[in-house]
Order: sequence, then C-alpha cells, then structure tokens
Amino acid sequence: MASDIALSQAAAAETKRRRNYARHYAWFVVPAAVVVIAVIIFPWVFTLYVSAFNWHLGGEREWVGFGNYVKLFTDSRFGWAVARTLFYTGLAVVLPMIFGLAAALAFHRKFPLRGLARTVFILPMMATPVAVALVWTMMFHPQLGVLNWLLSQVGLPPSLWVYSAETVIPTLVLVEVWHWTPLVMLLILGGLASLPTDPYEAAKIDGANAWQAFRHITMPLLAPFVVVALIIRTIDALKAFDTIYVITQGGPGQASETINIFLYLQAFAFYNVGYASAVVVVFFAIIMLLAALLLWTRQRVKAT
Amino acid sequence: MRKLKRTLSNAAFGVSVLLLVSPAALVFLWMLSLSLKNELDNTAFPPIFIPDPPTLDNYREVFARNDFLLFAWNSVVVSFSATGLALAIGVPAGYGIAKMRAMRAAALILIARITPGLSYLIPLFLLFQWLELTGTLVPIVITHLVITVPIVVWVMISFFEGLPAELEEAALVDGATIWQAFRYVAMPLARPGITVATILAFIFSWNNFVFAMVLAGRETRTLPVAVNNMLTFEQISWGPLSAAALLVTAPVLILTLLAQKQIVAGLTAGGVKGA
Repeated sequence: MASDIALSQAAAAETKRRRNYARHYAWFVVPAAVVVIAVIIFPWVFTLYVSAFNWHLGGEREWVGFGNYVKLFTDSRFGWAVARTLFYTGLAVVLPMIFGLAAALAFHRKFPLRGLARTVFILPMMATPVAVALVWTMMFHPQLGVLNWLLSQVGLPPSLWVYSAETVIPTLVLVEVWHWTPLVMLLILGGLASLPTDPYEAAKIDGANAWQAFRHITMPLLAPFVVVALIIRTIDALKAFDTIYVITQGGPGQASETINIFLYLQAFAFYNVGYASAVVVVFFAIIMLLAALLLWTRQRVKAT
Repeated sequence: MRKLKRTLSNAAFGVSVLLLVSPAALVFLWMLSLSLKNELDNTAFPPIFIPDPPTLDNYREVFARNDFLLFAWNSVVVSFSATGLALAIGVPAGYGIAKMRAMRAAALILIARITPGLSYLIPLFLLFQWLELTGTLVPIVITHLVITVPIVVWVMISFFEGLPAELEEAALVDGATIWQAFRYVAMPLARPGITVATILAFIFSWNNFVFAMVLAGRETRTLPVAVNNMLTFEQISWGPLSAAALLVTAPVLILTLLAQKQIVAGLTAGGVKGA
C-alpha cells in the first residue's frame, strides 16, 4: 500500500518533471518561430491585406474590399489559366504516377548495376530547373531540334512542340514528367521496402502466382504510399513554374499561361500587386482544397 | 524451355530498365555534347552526337563574358548562408518540436511546403523595398530561408523522433542541462540527419530561380537567373548556353552522385522539396 503511494508520487513527480522539460524545450523552437513568422506567416497575413486594395506598384493604392475577388471571378483570362492549370495538372499527375510506379517496381528487384541505374534515374529531379529547361528548349527547336530528328527516324511528322498553341501544354507536361517521375518512384520505392515478407511466403505456399501476389498483397499494402505520392505530385504539378516560365513565359500568346504564370505576370510584369494578391489567396485555396480531397481519399484507403 | 523463358524475361526486364533510365541519361549527355561542339556542328541537321573534335571554346566564352564568376559567387554566398542559417535555427527547432510532440508546429511547416513560392514574394518584395534592401544579397538570402528552414526542420523532426530517449535521459539524471543533453548527446547521434538536411537544403536553395529572379539587381543575380537571361535577352548561341547550363547544374549533379544514399533517405522520409 505504502509502496503504491510512493510509486504514484514518483509517477506524478515524473510527469511534472517532463512537463517542466517540455516548457524548456520551447526555447529550442524560438529562433525558428521568429523566422517562420517573419518570412512565412507575415507574408500570408500581409497578402490578405494587400488583396483588399487596388494597389499598383509605385502608383495608386485604393481600398476596394472584395473588389479584386469579384474582378477575378469575372476575368476570363484567369478562368482560362485555371482550366489550363487543371489540364496540365491532370496529365502531370497521371503520367508520372504510372511511370513512377513501374520504375519503383523495377528498382525493387535486384539486378546488376542497380545502384548506378537508380542514381541516374533520380538525376533529373535534382538538376537545376533552369538548366534543364534550357536544354529542352533547344531540343524543341522545330528545325534544328534533336526531337524532331528523332520523330523523323521513326517515321513520324515533325511537331511544333512549344511553338504551337495546340501542343504547348502536352510538351511542357513531357518536361514535367521527365523532371518529377523520380520523386514518385522514390516515394513508392520507400513503401515497397517497408512491406512485410511473410504474406508473400504464405501466398507462395498457397500456390499464388506472381500476378496474384501483386494484385492481392502488394497493391493493397502499397496503396497508402501511392496516395502520399499522389498528393505530393498533385501539389507540385499545380505549383509548377520554373520550367514553364523559362521555356514559354506563358506563350505562344497565352496558350501555356497557368495560374502561377498569370500570378507572376500580374505581380511583376504589370505591377498589380493587389490583384495578384487576390490570385495568391484563390490559388492557395485551390491547392488546399485538392490536398484535402486527396487526404480524404487517403483516409478512405486506410479504412478499407 | 524453362531456361529460355527465364532468359527472355530477364532480357525484357533489362530492356525496360534501359527504357526507364535512358531519357534521364540522354538529356544530360546531349547537354554535354552541345557544350563541347562549335556552332556549326550544333546547328547541323541531322544532328551530330559525338563532338569531333571536342572543343572547350564554349566554356571559355562563358567565363569571358556575362560576369559569370560574379554570379557564381552570388550563388555560393546565397546558398551557403541560407543553408547555414537554416541549420542554426532549424536543428534545435526540429529537436524541440520532436521533444514536445508539437504536431501543430509540424503541420505549419507542411503547409509552408505546400504554398507556392511565388506567393511569398509580393509581401516580401514590398517589405524589402520599404527597408531599401533591394539590390543587395540580403533579401535573396532571407527569401531562400522560406525553402531551407522547412526542409531542415522537417528532416530533423523525423530524425530526432527516431532517436532513443534513454541516452539523453541518462545525461539529464547525471545533472546535464537540456541544452547540454541536446548539444553533446542528441546532436552527435543525429549527425546523419543533419547531413541529409544540409544536402537537401543546399540543393534546393542552389536550384531556386524565382526568388532571385524577382529580387536580384544587375549585380546580385544568382546563376539560374543569369543563365535564364542569357536565353531570353542575350540570344547567345547553343554551345555557350549549354556550357553555362551544365556549369550551373554540375555542382548539384556531382553532389547527387556522391550522396545519393542520403538524398534518397531524406526524400523518402518526408517528400520534402523546395517551394
């Protein structure tokens, strides 16, 4: 009895000690918190404030309340930018997911020179986007580009690539696929590495073939990792900027003007920082909405 | 028969691996090829693949013009400062968040990663103008913290959470302060995590384009901005352009080759990527 009380007292002292420590640990976070507030939280709040003004850089500044948002929802140029972004994102999510899954399954097997092959495969995602965009721009050249020569070798007609409004978005998606499939591969490969081996042994004993093992063991166990990769890929595809900007600057005309490019032009080419801030807010809402939707899917995948 | 089937399936597998890897390899090799050929060979059709004879003239031209060395120095200063500062504040923060199990702080870091980098630029641009800092490297370093701090904090949270708590607790029982427990027990154990965070933060800061693109003046361009300007404004030919592009991305590619294990570990842990 007495020892019980002593024990519980000791336990209480222990929790108290921990709580005290927890308060001390807060000091570790203070410098980072200051920086995060200055460069992340402050911009978020200030953007909301600026979005309520008709604010022209170096010019007029006038309170318009929700005026910018009203203008935005009736601006057909913005509407097209949203549509293009969704089209681009759809392609730039589905294709890397397919290739990334295939690559992850390939790299999960053991084969000679696997380490080297994997390193080469992830090089595109680490490379400087501007440098990558430059090389692709040269390869897309309609007369002298190496890609049209490749097409001619397999008997296909030459393409105008990024120089035609019809082909510009699929072409930019091609660069995005090349650039970011490795990240999908890595995320799924990490999932594959963490799968337990016992179910496969049991399935083998029960006489399952390779396809059945994949369909009924790998796929369900891998699903959560695939969904995480899907969420990350969707967010990154929505945010794509560097390669699009360097290769086309939104052109030809406005044929590749996504939300991010529209935002950039409004803010730093036309200096409409008030209007551009409203774009930021709406863009952020779109990203959060899609991320939440995918997260919800993830919960459902987990539940089944 | 079975042996033949096996050989065939191995061959098919080999071909598919080759198909997966070759786009990555070929683009970089083409970049190298363009940078080692003269203008005549670069614009030949059908294309000439192997430079014969290879020439370093393009590299010479890059170094001779465009203040390339100045911009390289700017890139070095910005990436090292942004990475160093992020480590100084991010490693303790990751430790604190892991110890306090402050999931809300972790979620905030995640949202920062989700937000497009461009969206930080308008308010920070106005702020720097008001502070009269535009035209120096300071605004560029500060905005790069938007990328490096979340990467470092995120990687370090997962690393510190994975460390066993017993060693630090033993140190605390022996009378060490929590700062000492962090500095002399937890931090040495987390060195692999710090390496991962350093490499990733450096690479994504080095690669960043849009922050410097908006904030840099004539003298404060970083390499990605300088190379983009060569394409859009200066209309220089393919050879020097490829040489410059290769020089910009070479440090990152070499780092990837040397530290691919750490990079893979870091990226699979959190799926971190620059804003």
